[in-house]
Formats: sequence, structure tokens, C-alpha cells
Amino acid sequence: MPRIGPEDLERIGREAKNDICAKKGTSGARVLVHMGTCGIAAGARSVMTALADEIEQRKAEDIVLVESSCAGLCSREPMITVEVNDKPAVKYVDMTPDKVKDVVAKHLVGGEIVTEYAFSMGGERVLQGRNVAYRLNVMVCTCTNCVANGALQIKDRLDAEIKARDLGNEIQIAPTGANGLCVRGPILVVQPDGISYQSLKPEDIPMLVEEHLVNGRPVKDLMATPVDGESPIPATQDIPFFKSQRLVVLRNRGVIDPSKIEEYIANDGYRALAKALTEMTPEDVITEIKNSGLRGRGGGGFATGRKWESTRKHDDDMKYIICNADEGDPGAFMDRSIIEADPHSVIEGMAIAGYAVGSTQGYIYIRVEYPMAIERLNESLEQAKEYGLLGKGILGTNCDFDITIFKGAGAFVCGESSSLRASIEGRVAEPVSKQIHATEKGLYEKPTVLNNVETFANVPVIINWGADWFAQIGTDKSKGTKVFSLAGNVVNAGLVEVPMGMTLREIVYSIGGGIPGNKKFKAIQTGGPSGGCIPASLLDLPVDYQKLSEAGSMMGSGGMIVMDEDVCMVDVAKYFVEFCVDESCGKCVSCRDGGEALLEILKRICSGGGKEGDLELLEELCSAIGDVSLCGLGKSLPNSVLSTLRYFRDEYEVHIRDKKCPARVCKPLFVYRVVAEKCEKCGLCFEHCPSQAIKWEQNQIAEIIEDRCTKCRICREVCKYEAVITE
Amino acid sequence: MIKFTINNIELEAEEGTTILEAANEAGIKIPTLCYHKDLKPYGACRLCMVEITKRGWPSLQPACTYMVFDGLIVETDTERVIKSRKVIFELLLARCPDSENIKKLAAEYGVIETRITLADPENCAMCGLCVRVCAEISQREAISFAFRGDKRVVQTAFDKMSPQCVGCGACAYVCPTGRITVEEADD
Repeated sequence: MPRIGPEDLERIGREAKNDICAKKGTSGARVLVHMGTCGIAAGARSVMTALADEIEQRKAEDIVLVESSCAGLCSREPMITVEVNDKPAVKYVDMTPDKVKDVVAKHLVGGEIVTEYAFSMGGERVLQGRNVAYRLNVMVCTCTNCVANGALQIKDRLDAEIKARDLGNEIQIAPTGANGLCVRGPILVVQPDGISYQSLKPEDIPMLVEEHLVNGRPVKDLMATPVDGESPIPATQDIPFFKSQRLVVLRNRGVIDPSKIEEYIANDGYRALAKALTEMTPEDVITEIKNSGLRGRGGGGFATGRKWESTRKHDDDMKYIICNADEGDPGAFMDRSIIEADPHSVIEGMAIAGYAVGSTQGYIYIRVEYPMAIERLNESLEQAKEYGLLGKGILGTNCDFDITIFKGAGAFVCGESSSLRASIEGRVAEPVSKQIHATEKGLYEKPTVLNNVETFANVPVIINWGADWFAQIGTDKSKGTKVFSLAGNVVNAGLVEVPMGMTLREIVYSIGGGIPGNKKFKAIQTGGPSGGCIPASLLDLPVDYQKLSEAGSMMGSGGMIVMDEDVCMVDVAKYFVEFCVDESCGKCVSCRDGGEALLEILKRICSGGGKEGDLELLEELCSAIGDVSLCGLGKSLPNSVLSTLRYFRDEYEVHIRDKKCPARVCKPLFVYRVVAEKCEKCGLCFEHCPSQAIKWEQNQIAEIIEDRCTKCRICREVCKYEAVITE
Repeated sequence: MIKFTINNIELEAEEGTTILEAANEAGIKIPTLCYHKDLKPYGACRLCMVEITKRGWPSLQPACTYMVFDGLIVETDTERVIKSRKVIFELLLARCPDSENIKKLAAEYGVIETRITLADPENCAMCGLCVRVCAEISQREAISFAFRGDKRVVQTAFDKMSPQCVGCGACAYVCPTGRITVEEADD
């Protein structure tokens, strides 16, 4: 593979697009199997195998099979996307080997969408290039194909119409790169409506402007995608889970083959690096990042541009860029998914950082439990080096930058900056004083930039589309979007990307689809073990750095665990403290012994030994631990206790005073009992009890023997008459 | 020379001096456990926390590792310092219930009893003085910390009789809780 210059990127991208089209061959089909770690866990491999077998049996080998990444909706996996010719892509969910054979037969060979399994049509809403300051953005594709079909005349006509109507302040016309439908060019897309028009002629434009852009009535006859009503399958952008999401970081999720650098290049990949190296000074890059307002996505939320500026300022013969991919919060999988879906976006971001601060060596510190992400990174680094996008003389310039992967053994404390550095240097991962910042003396005592995966993945977009564009998204002090992993008691669990400032309610109810089983929302835990629990009364809280921390939680790296009414908040606090105690390095007294002291008290409360003064002692301990601990792990360890005490103090009090657990989670604090009046003497509970804790004979009311009962809940679940209760 | 104040006393010191060194020099008392003047500061016991103000922003910092800078304002006995110091003493008393030394030190700062019970008290404060003296002074590195969190212990490699150990007894000498003792062995 030849080393390339900046001028070659356009050609490689075009060739990759053509290649995808050409490979679709006679059948014109490409199937993307969403095989992130989550998809594989849900059974995507057997779906892939079944697909391959079926295709082979039908001798339809020209159907292209792609191992793509998670498409976000993890709870409906295995998921596949079927692209046939230039028709909108169709997403199928809950796939099984049998269902997928059906899809091959009916859709891929027969040309009919299998409406029974189809979930949605078309792509997601990607924010790229859209200017949110304008009411509407009209994106005119100016790829070679569309230009050959007259795209420039279309753009000229549009400009003239907008000018004539004096709409320049409301509507922006922007040229964009190819978007895949270009055989039917010229193409234009109206955002945020998400409507594409195809095969346009200049004479269509006045009517289109009048009808859609002025009167808000999309013109059906010119549309590329059939509108609602004509198709039984909803558009992806209308599905609640996808509708409110705005993709910046996850712009390529589930649409490219992440193992092929060419597909990344075809989607504007490495353009930002080329732009930075050939058109910008390192100072320009730093200014751009500073102006964008990008803040670290790993937890602390420190201004990325300032970090880079400080590292640039410290002169040294060696500087380092570290990407922190040591994601370890329970329930969090943002960084893993970003790397699996779009590894080159992280690599490109790091290379830009290297150029900006004057570093030639980068490290990606990733936990060994992420084998698939590591594999993706390895092959991506290899490809980038072959093209000369990493290594010496990047893109023919005199800029050098290389990246080495460092696998961490999976200790949570290694996500802490000074422990992470110690781990790379081969020392025990223990935090040290950070009075002197890493930007001055970091890895091997050299100036170091340490940013998280998601932070780096934002960088190419900011360079490509500008700081102003980025800064329009989000709130006053929190710019851009944030990726969250939505998990717990929520209907649509998965990976979501939303603009900063979206309310928790929108995330949980609109995107997440609410709580399963019509149960009540109780709390949402954000920020991982360092974060806190936010109650239902604060569901309208806009999610940004400041608002979350005011509510006693934090952004963290973006874990969000939804909890329903069956969750005991004291038990939740106990769980997160136990996690921190387990993961504490044990160096400082406050974190090691303080954490253990908290845990001992919480365990006692949960088993009925709570006593007067416990809550005050918890608060005193929390305050000291937070104040004096050496590193972020210890300082934030009390947050789960403090936030639950703040919002659910009554629940603690019931545990201590009445020795009851209102949510019926803490086993020593409740018993199961059979209500005699309701018992129909069927004996089902007796039959199912795994610990012979039920006394029952034919035509006799069942009775639970408390000593033997393990409170496994099976009797309650099998009883058809709701005769088993807890009290 | 760097100019700064501790408890409103104006002081001067060389660059690289820690707050604790400066305070000791000026006769201002700050409690310590894991500190020894001949060893590298470690910052583990958190007893020497003092309140500093940097760019108008107050915070607690360990005096043993924090270096003075021009204009630094240090307070060693604010309410915030005392509150957390007492909790640390309670934790140390729970960890080392038999250590007379810790009892005495805690009593000096008004802490006689602890409300805290830990699952497995072991009379070792994990101050790391033994580990550091073995490495830095005796230069044997015969012992180190093993495991993490509440399972952390001081051990020889693989908890076996260490060929590195020359029986100098420095570890037992610096141990503030009396957890390490020296035994005569036949060979």
C-alpha cells in the first residue's frame, strides 16, 4: 500500500464508495451485521454464520457481508442492516439464524422487505455540517457523481432563490460529500427534517423552496425515501430511540466496516488531520479546540484546549499523548463501543493532538477485557501506518507521530491519571500527588496530554466543521454531544448520543422508552461509582457538567443506570461503595479504611443492625473521605452514599428505625408469607420451592417455613392468586 | 527564596521545600505517621492535611508532599482540617487497636475512642515506612506491598523467606505501630 498525501484522500474515499457499490454486484446487496461486543453477546455470530451459509447455499456470493459495529440499540440485538441497490437501508432487530434465512430468501433474493422483522428504514440523524444557528440546513451533495449530474446548477439555483426571498439568515446552503445515493444525483438533504430529495433538475428548485423551505410542506414527488404511510416500516429517524439522538462522535456507527480504513476515509476520515497539517499551525489547532469549548469526556470535564495549550508550552525533547481507554465503570460501555465502531476517529484525534502539542508518541491505554476493541485498534494502527497516516512524515509533511497500544490488567484505579502513567512505566498503579500537572511532568516525567477516547473522537469533527459549529451544540458551559450507555431498568438499553442539555426525562422516556412493566421510575445513577443517584423529582434536569454536579452526581464518562421502584437505594449505595473498596489501591487511609468503614455501616443497616447516629457517622466519614483522599477514586467514593442520603434519607431511616426494606431487597429485613384467604391450595409454590421451605398437603393452605426460606422469590412468582406476599 | 505564610506567619524557603519541612523548621506542629525525614514522602496517612488557598480556592493538601510556592497561604488547624483529622484518627484507631503510639498521638488531638469497626484490624497502618526504609536506606527491597484495597499487606516476595533480607531490623525500627518484630533465627 503506498504512502499517501493529502490530495489522495478524496480519491481513496471515492474509490471505496465505488468499491462498495461495485461489490454489491448483480444482486446489489450489502448486509451489515452489527457485531459489537454487545451484539456478539446477544448471538450475532450465529446470525452471521447462518447468513453466510444461506448465501453460499443459494450461490448468491455477490451479496457482501460486513462485520459492522453496534448500531446503538443493544437491547434489540442481534441486529442487521440490509442495503439493496440504492434503496434506503432496512434495519432488522431480534434476529435469529432462522429469521435471517427468511430475510435472505425474501428480501435479498426476492426483493421484498420482511415487514414482520423489519424495524426501521434509512439512516440515523448525523449532525455533521449542520448549522444549528439556522432554521434549516440544505445540504447539496457535490461529489463527482452529483456534479456530473448537475449538482452545481442546483446549488446556484438554490442560492438565487434563497437570496430572492431574503432567507439567508434562516436557511443555510452547504455543499457536502457523497452520501451513498449518488447514482440518483443530484441529491440534497434538508435538515433537521431529515428529508432527502433526488434526481433534481434546476427547474424543480423554485417550487421546492416555496413548498418545503418556506411553507414546511415536503415535496413527495421529489423525495428519495417514501414518506410515512406509503411504507409499513417507519423511518429510522422517526423511531423514538433514534429520533432525539444527534450523532457526532458516533457518526459512523453501524454504517461502515470498521476494519477498513478506506470506509472511514470515504466518510471524511483523515480530512481533519490533513487540514491540520497543511492549513493550520499547531497554535491554530489549539485555538480551534479551545474555542469549541470541548471538555474532557472521561470524568473531570477539564477544558481540552487548555490542557493541550499547557502541554505545548512546556518545552521538552519528548512529549506524550495518552488515550485513556481504561473504561471500568459498572454499566458503562461508551469507549469500548466508540473504538469498536470507529477506531480511526480516535487515532485521527490523537494524531491531531500530537501535531498540536508537539508530541511524536502516543499510547492507547486499554483494558485487556476489551479484546475486540484491541483487535480493531491493532488492525487500524497497521492500516494507518501503511498509508503513512501514522509514523514518520505523515501525509508527506514533516510531522511524525506513532501510537502504541498498552494493555492494562483491568484495575479500576488505572483510569486515574497518575496510576495509569505508573502502569505504563511498569510500576505499581498507585496514585501520587498531582501538584505538578501531567502537562508539565507526566509520563516518564515528560509533558503529557491524557484524554479519554470520546474526547479524541470529537477532535476530527471540530477541525473539519469548525469550533463555531461545534459550540452551537449543547449548553452554555457544556458544548457538543455526549455519549451515554443507557442501562438498567429501561426498555431500550443501548448506546445513545445526545446534545448536552437534554433532560434526563427525554433520555429515559423518549429515547429509553421508559421503564419496563409499567413500573415507576425511582432514580438514575450517572457517572459510575464516582457519581450519584438522581431522583424522579429531578427528571427535568438538563444533562450537562454543571447541572449534574449541582445535583450531587457527575457526568463521569457517561454511564446511566435507570432504577425502578423495586430498587433499594441503601443497597445501591452499598453496591457502589463495595465496588470502590474492591478497586481501591489501598494506599491512603481515607479511601482504604474509610471506604471499608462506610461499607461495614451500610452492611449493618441492610441486615437490620442499623442504629441511632449511623447516618450522622456516615456523613462525617463521607465528608472526610471526600476531603482528604489522594486521588479521584477516593475523593468521589462517598458520592453514592451522599446522593442517596440527600434524596432517599427516609429509606435509610426506615431501614434503621423500623428494620424494614421498603423495596424488599435487603433480605434480612422482610419475610415471605402466604395469605390464607387468597391461597387456593394448589401447591404450585410447594412444587417450585428449591429449598423445601414450604409446608403444603393436598387441600391444605401453604405455609412458609421462615428458617428454611432463602427469599428467592420463586413462590411469589409462580403463585397465580397473588397469595404470597412480603412483609 | 519562596515567600509564603503558615498560620499567618510569614516564612521563606528554598524552591522544592514541602509545607511540612517548612512548618517543622518554623516549629509549627503538624501530625504525621507515614512521614520520616530521611525517606521520600509518601502521602498515605493523610494526617498532615492542611488547608491551603490557591488562586482564592481553598482545599486540603498533604503537607508532606505539597511544595510551597510564592504567595501560598497555609492554615494547619482550621475547622475543616480538624474535622477530617479526627475522622482519620478514628480510622487509624480502628485499624490498629493495640498500637500505643497511635493511641497517644490520637489523644494529643483529642481523639480517645473510635466509633468505627473494621472487619479485620491488624495493627498495621499501611504507612509504608518499612517498605521505604528497606528500599531507600537498607537498599534491599526485601518487602513490599502486595494486593490492593482492604486486602493490602506488607510482604516479602510470594510471602516466602526472603533471600534479600539481611536482618538489619530497620523495618521494625521505623514501624510506628509495633507490628513488625525481629526474631533471632538459628542459622
